[in-house]
Amino acid sequence: MSALHKPPASRRSAMAHAGETSVVKIRAILADIPDPEIPAVSVLDLGIVREVTDDRVVITPTYTGCPATLYIEQAIRRALDANGFMHVRIETALSPPWSTDWISDEGREKLRAYGIAPPPKGAAAASLKNDQRAQCPRCGSLNTVEVSRFGSTPCKALWRCNACVEPFDRFKCH
Amino acid sequence: MDALATSALRLGDDSLVLGQRLSEWCGHAPALEIDLSLANCALDLIGQATHFLGLAGELEGKVRDADTLAYRRDVMDFTNCLLVEQQNGDFAHTIARQFLFSNYQELLFAGLTASKHARFAEIAAKAVKEVAYHAKLASDWVVRLGDGTDESRTRMIAALDWMWRFSDELFVMDEVDAALGIDKAALRPAWDRRIDAALAEAALERPSPRRGVMGGRAGHHSEQLGHLLSEMQFLQRSYPGATW
Repeated sequence: MSALHKPPASRRSAMAHAGETSVVKIRAILADIPDPEIPAVSVLDLGIVREVTDDRVVITPTYTGCPATLYIEQAIRRALDANGFMHVRIETALSPPWSTDWISDEGREKLRAYGIAPPPKGAAAASLKNDQRAQCPRCGSLNTVEVSRFGSTPCKALWRCNACVEPFDRFKCH
Repeated sequence: MDALATSALRLGDDSLVLGQRLSEWCGHAPALEIDLSLANCALDLIGQATHFLGLAGELEGKVRDADTLAYRRDVMDFTNCLLVEQQNGDFAHTIARQFLFSNYQELLFAGLTASKHARFAEIAAKAVKEVAYHAKLASDWVVRLGDGTDESRTRMIAALDWMWRFSDELFVMDEVDAALGIDKAALRPAWDRRIDAALAEAALERPSPRRGVMGGRAGHHSEQLGHLLSEMQFLQRSYPGATW
């Protein structure tokens, strides 16, 4: 970050005192940043924001090669800058690796409403062994079948509902 | 380059070359679902390569970054195993290569998660979950093709027969691997069990033993790797340093 973007010293110390308020504000900003590939959920809902303090935001990628990772970082940068948080750094952490268990309950509901079957909770560890039937996000039927383990993005698998005969995406347990 | 940097380079090169190979299928696979699957695997592998090559650059002395290592090295400087540079061939060849490699890589990364070298451990922990999908995908297809039609079975047998000769190289240990603290040779029994289980389910025989072909780690590659790189590195070779 260039010196140009650094807030004046007086403002920085004021921010330090208002640390907790800053965190609340930053979280509110993050809650409005959609995932670029699944805009129904925010980066907070997805659980990719690992830590927020008054001077840094730590994020983690969902998948190693997810092309959205850089885009998300840029979107967070833009939103922070636009709201006067130019001094807040964005850091990336790989460990511990992201898991679908970190998707919030609200995020799961938003996914379902958007037409994507959310991953079962607490199932990430047993994801491959335990291929539970996905529930159709449209009609709620459990009479569903996996079409392809890989879908339109790294985080999704392709499923089909035998009851309403509609294809749907399922957020992979991970 | 010291041993640890070379370790990161090898891991990155394996992922990069296989990722590039798989991405050659993009738009050409026999069905949309397969196209998506192979592209997803390619993406995971290129993601791993970004992390490992970035780490190799840091350990080397922070002069070359991941892009420089990927795009500005010549074929003799690549340290990938020979298996991953094998041509896609028909779908059975692509699956055979993935089957042998992903089962190895999953075991390798699972072992690396316990490495005393934290940076290697965290990349491995991130990637191992993805590689488990690759291994499952490839194993499922070995069964489907092997236990499928006469045609698919004939092709799967031929593909395994070709790729098999490059599997020994995966488990060779040298001082570079020793520095990383992972015993690749010790992964072999678990790999054999996985391979044999899938082959049994596919009603396929293990290819007859043959002398393993090696040399990739020392930069001795097939002609095919040069062709792959000439396409992958075209832009940086023609317009060095180009960015957009």
